[in-house]
Amino acid sequence: MGIDSLIARYREILDESPLDQVAEWKAKHPGTKVVGCYPVYSPVELIHAAGMLPVGIVGGGNRLEIAHADSRFQSFVCSIVKSTLELAMVDKLAFLDGIVFHSICDPARNLGSVYKRNFPRLMVEYIHFAQNLTSPHTIDYLTAEYRRLMTSYEQLAGKPITDDALRQSIRIYNEQRQLLRELYAIRAEKPQNLSTLESYILTRIGTLMPPDEHIAILKEALAGIRQRDERPKDRIKVVLEGSFCEQPPLELIEGLEAAGCYILDDDFLLGWRWFPADVPAEGDPVRNLAESYLHQSVYSGVKHDTRERKSKHLIDKVKETGAAAVLILAAKFCEPALFDYALYRQALEKAGIPHLYLEFEEKMWIFDKARTEVETFVESMLFD
Amino acid sequence: MAKPAEAVKTSYQGQMHLLQKDMMGRYFERVTRCAEQGEGKAVYMLISGNPVELVQAFDLVPVYPEIDALQLAVKKAALPFIQKAEEIGYSMDNCAYVKADVGMFLGDRKTPFATIPLPSLILCNYVGCNVYLQWFEHLAEYCDGELYNLDIPFLRDPSGKPTKADVDYVVRQLEEVIEVLERLSGKKLDWAKLKRIVALSSETGELWSKIKALTKNVPTPYDAYFDSVTMMAPLYCLRGTEDGLKFFQTALKEMEEKVQMGAGPLPEERFRFVIEGPPPWPYLRTFRDLFSKWGAVAVASTYSTVGGLWEFGFKHDPNRPLESIAEHMLEWNVTNRNFLQRYQQIRRYLEEWSADALVIHSVKSCRLFSAGQGDMREYFTKELNVPTLLIESDIEDPRYFSEAQLKNRIDAFFESLEHQKLVRQTKAAGGKA
Ligand code: SF4
Ligand code: SF4
Repeated sequence: MGIDSLIARYREILDESPLDQVAEWKAKHPGTKVVGCYPVYSPVELIHAAGMLPVGIVGGGNRLEIAHADSRFQSFVCSIVKSTLELAMVDKLAFLDGIVFHSICDPARNLGSVYKRNFPRLMVEYIHFAQNLTSPHTIDYLTAEYRRLMTSYEQLAGKPITDDALRQSIRIYNEQRQLLRELYAIRAEKPQNLSTLESYILTRIGTLMPPDEHIAILKEALAGIRQRDERPKDRIKVVLEGSFCEQPPLELIEGLEAAGCYILDDDFLLGWRWFPADVPAEGDPVRNLAESYLHQSVYSGVKHDTRERKSKHLIDKVKETGAAAVLILAAKFCEPALFDYALYRQALEKAGIPHLYLEFEEKMWIFDKARTEVETFVESMLFD
Repeated sequence: MAKPAEAVKTSYQGQMHLLQKDMMGRYFERVTRCAEQGEGKAVYMLISGNPVELVQAFDLVPVYPEIDALQLAVKKAALPFIQKAEEIGYSMDNCAYVKADVGMFLGDRKTPFATIPLPSLILCNYVGCNVYLQWFEHLAEYCDGELYNLDIPFLRDPSGKPTKADVDYVVRQLEEVIEVLERLSGKKLDWAKLKRIVALSSETGELWSKIKALTKNVPTPYDAYFDSVTMMAPLYCLRGTEDGLKFFQTALKEMEEKVQMGAGPLPEERFRFVIEGPPPWPYLRTFRDLFSKWGAVAVASTYSTVGGLWEFGFKHDPNRPLESIAEHMLEWNVTNRNFLQRYQQIRRYLEEWSADALVIHSVKSCRLFSAGQGDMREYFTKELNVPTLLIESDIEDPRYFSEAQLKNRIDAFFESLEHQKLVRQTKAAGGKA
């Protein structure tokens, strides 16, 4: 299959109903348990090593009508919390045997509790990720937290997680993450050869299937992309930040670039690309996963590392990629993204890096306004 | 049906209130001296389950940005600071406690109640609220104060208890905090002194829990929401001091006397409710009156357990100072408990404090409290058949308080409660509804 039709095929799946992909998989593998992972990051290796399938439960997109969940979560709560609840309330998550939430923000945490009360058939887990990244004792805590979680997964799977199985899972996900890094490297270097939407589709599809299947797709796609040799268009180069949890609609991602920019890097689906280097598989695999979280994972609005300022990371990223500007694309009502923006804005102004601030909601349908804003921004930069 | 008396404005102004004013005044003077004369070093902390005992043991000055934000709102001085923060990039949708504080912090830090010192240490006791991490991270960007994230794992185990790894982790971190405080103060920790302070906290907590049990009486001697906030300030700012202890001894005595006299905050107690969620600080008085006119009084509140949950048996233990500080932070405060544990806390209040209804005050700023309160309402109305009212405003931002709307909702709710009561009474009397 050509690269264009390969991507078109997956776009169709994502456009229609991505979760049907998982439902179909489950129908073919009724004996295998499926565990949903709410954003941002989850140590999926622990689920995989128990012989279960970890999948991304990343909101309801813009085709889902919110008819019930808005009576449980108020108007000032972000869309993904409500759509994730709606999905379960209208029984669109029947294929799930469990779901795991994380300490990313207060609404997501309360959502975990609401799930527990309303859907007792599901195993509902919650990970408290460490926020003290400087204490030498943190590693013991996070390792113990992962072990606690493993007990829960083992119960659900009905079998123990062996060190060897876990090492194998780490290797598989390392490979998957490595291929995703290659995808992103292409964009950073020759964005004309791979659009942000395309790389998004290729990443997102992997949250809905076993990693080895995704690896095969990525390999095929990368080979195709490497054949491309497009001429760069007259566009400004930007880095996009703020969409680490709730995801914008495909049409919006597409529209942003079409409005005149190349997005060299972004934080879409950040948790699935959490490590800039491989997690070591040898030695104590649980501790390795924890160690990697603490000391070699990407920066994000949901991780508070006192060792280095968040805004410095963003500015470094701009410099490293050679971008000329920053596009902040924050989910409406997303407390961490909105707080980060206050810091980013002050730091970007100080560093003399232009930026454009936009808000989105996963349920949005109309993109004209966002597109016009980007166009105006691009024009102001091109003719500056 | 009995008409509610128009504009009942009753509030209790006893010795306790005067003493509170006096003591908090002195606390703010100390804070101001630290800012203006460099007397002592300021340690910033959050309210929810904090290790103030350690800070007291080193004679450092505890400063609470939440208390400052709260005072700004009460003094109706918050809005210009909120707007200032919004001008530099904070969103309309960010917690306004943070915005008011940041706006104030970036100026000359002079407020109607104190001048706020710059922090020598920004001790982020991350207990439950994720915004805390953002808030203190931001303050650290705006000044030279050292930042320490004291990470408190959330209660997530099905047992509802912290795990052993959680307790170990917190105790180890407290030991690190001691090292930081030793460096900051230039002296070694005096363990005997720490134990004395923890003993004071223990006694204070016990008095507070006795005071809270008194609202089980009919009539309740004080309002467990609107009057409790008077007692919360000394509980947080003065816990672990002789002053703090004295305050609670006085308060308990006064409240016991009221019970004996059968006196309450209102001329007549007609409805007893449990209230969930923080108060609307900029309009506290107005908000209170909306309930008072119906003879409605709060007999328990979740908000009064933000800094600590003492009424279910917790006590600091001077013989295990660090462990018991850790337990307080991990388990014995409402913020670090999961949402369903809060449902159960409210349920206990409804049953053991014999309340007629639940009022949920949903505030936009504080998603820790509010996100999902619609589900909470569902649980209480559908599963437990408790009359429940959900109303919205804000804890800090005066722009989100709509008196007319609140009044309509509250009036309609108590009207219907009154009707139900009447029907029940008629039935009980053998008559027809
Ligand atoms: S979008 Fe933001 S506020 Fe909403 S769940 Fe994700 S991190 Fe939390
Ligand atoms: S979200 Fe709530 S608990 Fe957190 S800082 Fe704001 S008001 Fe305080």
